[in-house]
Amino acid sequence: MKVNLRIWRQKGPESAGSFQDFPNVEVVPEMSFLEMLDEVNRALEAKGQEAVTFDSDCREGICGSCGAVVNGDPHGPGKANTLCQLHLRSFQDGDTITIEPWRAKAFPVVRDLMVDRSAFDRIIQAGGYITARTGSAPDANSVPIGKERADEAMEAATCIGCGACVAACPNASAMLFTSAKVSHLGLLPQGQPQRFDRVQKMVDQMDAEGFGGCTNHSECEAACPKEIGVKFIARLNADLIKANLGNLRK
Amino acid sequence: MELQSRAPDGPIETAWDRHRQAIRLVNPANKRKYHVIVVGTGLAGASAAATLAQLGYNVSSFCFQDSPRRAHSIAAQGGINAAKNYQNDGDSVYRLFYDTVKGGDFRAREQNVYRLSQVSVDIIDHCTALGVPFAREYGGLLANRSFGGALVSRTFYARGQTGQQLLLGAYATMAEQIAVGKVKMHPRTELLDVVVIDGKAKGIVTRDLTTGRIERWAADAVVLATGGYGNVFYLSTNAKGCNVTATWRAYKRGAGFANPCFTQIHPTCIPVMGDHQSKLTLMSESLRNDGRVWVPKQPGDMRPARDIPDAERDYYLERIYPTFGNLVPRDVASRAAKRMIDSGHTVVKGGQGVFLDFRDAIKRLGRDVVADRYGNLFDMYAQITGESPYEHPMKIYPASHYTMGGLWVDYNLQTTVPGLYAIGEANFSDHGANRLGASALMQGLADGYFVLPYTIGDFLAGEKPGFSDTTHAAFADAENEVKAKVDRLLSVKGKQSADTFHRRLGKIVWDECGMARNAEGLGRALEQIPALRDEFWSDVSVPGTGADLNQSLERAGRVADFLEFAEVLCKDALTREESCGGHFREEHQTVEGEARRDDDAFSHGAVWMYRGQAQQPERVREELSFRYVKPSQRSYK
Repeated sequence: MKVNLRIWRQKGPESAGSFQDFPNVEVVPEMSFLEMLDEVNRALEAKGQEAVTFDSDCREGICGSCGAVVNGDPHGPGKANTLCQLHLRSFQDGDTITIEPWRAKAFPVVRDLMVDRSAFDRIIQAGGYITARTGSAPDANSVPIGKERADEAMEAATCIGCGACVAACPNASAMLFTSAKVSHLGLLPQGQPQRFDRVQKMVDQMDAEGFGGCTNHSECEAACPKEIGVKFIARLNADLIKANLGNLRK
Repeated sequence: MELQSRAPDGPIETAWDRHRQAIRLVNPANKRKYHVIVVGTGLAGASAAATLAQLGYNVSSFCFQDSPRRAHSIAAQGGINAAKNYQNDGDSVYRLFYDTVKGGDFRAREQNVYRLSQVSVDIIDHCTALGVPFAREYGGLLANRSFGGALVSRTFYARGQTGQQLLLGAYATMAEQIAVGKVKMHPRTELLDVVVIDGKAKGIVTRDLTTGRIERWAADAVVLATGGYGNVFYLSTNAKGCNVTATWRAYKRGAGFANPCFTQIHPTCIPVMGDHQSKLTLMSESLRNDGRVWVPKQPGDMRPARDIPDAERDYYLERIYPTFGNLVPRDVASRAAKRMIDSGHTVVKGGQGVFLDFRDAIKRLGRDVVADRYGNLFDMYAQITGESPYEHPMKIYPASHYTMGGLWVDYNLQTTVPGLYAIGEANFSDHGANRLGASALMQGLADGYFVLPYTIGDFLAGEKPGFSDTTHAAFADAENEVKAKVDRLLSVKGKQSADTFHRRLGKIVWDECGMARNAEGLGRALEQIPALRDEFWSDVSVPGTGADLNQSLERAGRVADFLEFAEVLCKDALTREESCGGHFREEHQTVEGEARRDDDAFSHGAVWMYRGQAQQPERVREELSFRYVKPSQRSYK
């Protein structure tokens, strides 16, 4: 089968970008989407032309490195998959596939499909942790945690930090990402002592990075490869209100 | 040359305590005067950087990914072992130690393994305190599952994403230390050389992958936590970026490389589907808790699995190894699969694979319970293959997954270069010739949280703090070499991509130095690899420049190092005239086709020392002694 690719090429954050056409690219349905880009690059390199830059590492949907907007959808068609888990069997012979980087003010383009997501790291640095000195912990079973609560924390914790939620949001908001981390730690007894400071600091940092506000479109949930729900945004908002009204901090 | 393991003599139960008492400590007020470089941010690197910073050291951390949270530890699925005995099923520190030494086919240092078992329990406590959402029972206590090579249930897990959750825990603490300025983080930065001054590691040379800038970094000690070299096979379960460059550079600067031929081929991966394939995907070993491995009794039987009646199926692991059944260790399971394929029992048309079947588990437990245990793995499988494991058995085949070999380290995790440490998969230490499932996470975190932060003090206490002279000639030399190599790669201007060479190298190494090896094949590989290397340096095409972001250049640099490393790997496999663990020499097997060790001749770690470009490397030994777990023919029957 053959597909026509339109790939965004952009030299750097300050340069103007444009689409480059790659007509009639030979593919097979079993191929993953990134393997198709590998083939494109192999051909470019063999001709001495610059390869398409894109992030990818684990190629099994867990490291969160890869991501691009494919025909308008972050990580392409299909539910609950990252770009590396997308396969060509999701497309038809003769399809034209448009591939663009995440587009958000807080994620400047580095080159081609690669963007700078270090804003996410700074949100975590602002408070996305539980302070615990190595060696000081009590026995792991000394604090029981109900299975349902542990499972819900796990649900939030599965976030891979890929940024699809930001790319999907009309406001380029990072609320789903931030709320997932806030909820993961806030649901656990170990996370209680820093719970309200954490949510306040992380939201402050999120705003400082230039992410937009949440206006409840829920596009983030639809795009999330781990199917993290907007219910965690509600939880973040509840914690944020409590954090702002000191006497509700319990 | 003589290798000093510095492993304490005397009773093994108190060895680590006595050692910690005997080594030097750095006064708490002086720690802030020392600067430590940690390269790599997987479980070992992140936990070490975080803990060193907590202790007061100044840490510079480097990773090639865009964020430290993306290191490949994140992909570990199944779990982490610890001798908690929460299941009351007879586990103990001693049993975990015993299982690990035996599982490693008696090629690991006993004292290291014992220490690993001891600190395993602290890891679970600490990670729980960090908010790692381990699976729990309804009563709120921690749940466990079983892994291969053990008769107890000691594996802690967070769905099929245990590595991710443990890494996010370590990353979060590192983030906290970044925020307070104790860790300086350098993402998208790749180590290209280690700087050794007066015999001690005093810094590194890196390339900023965004700008192409080559930079010098000085420190009082350097820690490599840069993972394994499984991508030498090209197709592996490792992430695309995993590479041997850091450890290979260290080797060329004087660090001994131990047991490179101890590579782990994981039995349960999704089989190769075509020439385009860029990597293989692991299906967690935990699936063997409930999945049953089988092939049709009749060779060439290509009927759909459901049409093959039980009487015509060979559940060969249960048949050959009734005691451990489907939970035999990885090396044993992989070789058994290979024997089945070699005798014509493949279940993949035109390819290689065996079944891993959940029909009986679904019948026994119900679909919901199976989905709760393995749902995300089933989804992952379906996404890749287009087939649902609820309806059809999985097709699986072994693939390169982990490397037990690595930089030789002593009991302090120090390489043969003073001040240069190697932790996690990058070192060779604890798994011998075969790693048991759920032990990589354990070792990475043991090294990073609980061992290195103490032992590095012994070296630092003897050093004048605050070394910062990047103008030293050794830095200039290293930088010049790095720049020359970059220029050379760019100037070939040939016709083939680096990836093409990597694929060809991988095929040679997989065919001749994969699951089964023999002298003839290894001899062939040792002729083909240098020839391919020569071809690489005359025909590789690396477009773009060095002074800029250039992923083609990054790939080419890594492949160039694999092309050198592969030769030492095959040499080690050729020299080790025995079979043990993941190293299977066809000349050395029992009549049933099991590995036959030669303890008289090979009860040692083989450590390769670089002796210059024109010279053969020297093979040095660390003799192993087994005072507690007496070497025997491993039996899982």
